[in-house]
Amino acid sequence: MSTETAEIQLKKPKEGLFSKKNRKLITDPLDDSNPVTVQVLGICAALAITVQVEQAVVMSMSVLFVLMGGNFIISLLRNVIPNRIRIIVQLVVVAALVIIVNEVLKAYLPDVSTKLSVFVGLIITNCIIMGRLEAFALGNKPWPSVLDGFGNSMGYAWILIIVSVFREFFGSGTLYGFKILEPLGLYEIGYMNNNMMILPPMALITVGIIIWVQRARNTKLIEAN
Amino acid sequence: MKFIENFFQKYRNDFEEGGKNYKWRTFYETFFTFAFTPDITTTKGSHIRDSIDLKRTMFFVVIALIPATLFGMWNLGYQHHLAVDGVDDLNIWGNFWIGFLQSMPMILVAYIVGLGIEFLFAMKHHHGIHEGFLVSGLLIPLIMPVNTPLWMVAVATAFAVIIGKEVFGGTGMNIVNIAITARAFLFFAYPTMMSGNKVWIDLAGKAPVDGYTGETALGLAVQGGAEAVNNAGMTLMSSFWGNIPGSIGETSTVAILIGALILIYTGIASWKIMLSGIVGGALMGMIFNWLGPQYFPDNLYLQVDWFHHLVLGGFMFGIVFMATDPVTASQTEKGKWIYGFFIGLLAILIRTVNPAYPEGMMMAILFMNIMAPLIDHYVVQGNIKKRMKRLKPVKA
Repeated sequence: MSTETAEIQLKKPKEGLFSKKNRKLITDPLDDSNPVTVQVLGICAALAITVQVEQAVVMSMSVLFVLMGGNFIISLLRNVIPNRIRIIVQLVVVAALVIIVNEVLKAYLPDVSTKLSVFVGLIITNCIIMGRLEAFALGNKPWPSVLDGFGNSMGYAWILIIVSVFREFFGSGTLYGFKILEPLGLYEIGYMNNNMMILPPMALITVGIIIWVQRARNTKLIEAN
Repeated sequence: MKFIENFFQKYRNDFEEGGKNYKWRTFYETFFTFAFTPDITTTKGSHIRDSIDLKRTMFFVVIALIPATLFGMWNLGYQHHLAVDGVDDLNIWGNFWIGFLQSMPMILVAYIVGLGIEFLFAMKHHHGIHEGFLVSGLLIPLIMPVNTPLWMVAVATAFAVIIGKEVFGGTGMNIVNIAITARAFLFFAYPTMMSGNKVWIDLAGKAPVDGYTGETALGLAVQGGAEAVNNAGMTLMSSFWGNIPGSIGETSTVAILIGALILIYTGIASWKIMLSGIVGGALMGMIFNWLGPQYFPDNLYLQVDWFHHLVLGGFMFGIVFMATDPVTASQTEKGKWIYGFFIGLLAILIRTVNPAYPEGMMMAILFMNIMAPLIDHYVVQGNIKKRMKRLKPVKA
């Protein structure tokens, strides 16, 4: 008995799958180090595809798949990738995943796929993905990397979805394609859809307002000066 | 006057920090500085003070806007009669009353929404309300078509005050002109309500007479050039006096010039910006008058006389009241010449070359507002360089 306990104590205490440290990998990118509002990455796609909620959801899911998969694969390969060609290796992995996503979307969601057009392909160049591969997956084990990928894509997703809710509601009067304002009879009394909401500048302003609200609530984010 | 001052002094302590009404300090400060020049003295830096503070400056601009506003109201009534009865009715009070009833709600909405938002922000920061909105609140309705629904005026005003001004730190910190922001917002958000031929005249539910189009001079110029403008009765003279359709306050060049004289005489607006803007617009117009018939015979807009351009649409209004906004214009004296010149030039360029934007003034001012800090930077750098050169021989 005594020998057995000694042996267990010698081993490193095994970290739980959702230990505090691992949970932080998911929760941090949602608020404190949000990829869109704090690190200001991946803005281009966020502005372009948030006209409708459906597009934003599909885009977020695509990024979720690519980022989790990419993080996992790069993390597995992290000890065998020569340092000098690591960027090209990362690109190959991400490109392969993006092509899979693109083909799946074309096959099963052709409408959304046409609306998203090049922006699915442009996930390859999304700074969030390359950033996480470089900053996290290359130096961490597969499981934390997957969690990090999940957290960051969720941080990306909730911003995208909130922006798209505002833009679709005020710009087209619909939500996820359902007509909200028409049955209420608002158009008959003179209400009009706000065309500017459909234009990209308004997405930038909406993201700006989200950053404003986030900083007002989370005072850690405010710079010292 | 003494009793007003006593009244303010009596309640002063309640509004100081820690007083029972500290929350409402904004109101106290606003009304106190409205009635009296504050007795705050500077403790360091410059001690030279003028009795003209921000509040008085803004009042002068509002006074300068009054001729354009009154004429705009009269013109609304005149255009209404012209459209509904086909009568050339020059009656002063009747027309003015119609226009007053049509435009006053817009002015009130702009002021109530804008000042309401300003009060909220001022209360949150415990300072008095800034006066910048006194002018913006009048400018916003003056550059809109009379048929703009009131809720649109409210939304545009709220957008302009929050996104155009408060996020940058309030009065004096804005990058682009507030009133232009409001108009640009509406122009992109509700294009059908801001252009075309249905929005410029309030028919009050009546049918227009036969053959009446309601097109503005700029709209006509896109379609048929100078000939169409003149045929519709918008000759050089009538555009100069201002009895043509258009946004509420922008039609009369005479009324705007009276305002310009007030602004220049009181030293509030820069005459350099106004002059260089007019020169820039005229120059671009001349270039197009010269090149247009030879190289672009299809674009009749290019052939509108350059002097006619200056009195059409919002050109004059923009140059006098918007471009000279001291916050968003160039600050350096040399910069003001460049800034004004390019506003005039771009306004005519956008107007004539891009038929989607029959009025280029809004875009030109927004663009140059953003460019103003860059112009200032190079002017200042140029000055430093010039003076450094003077230094060199001494060193050597």
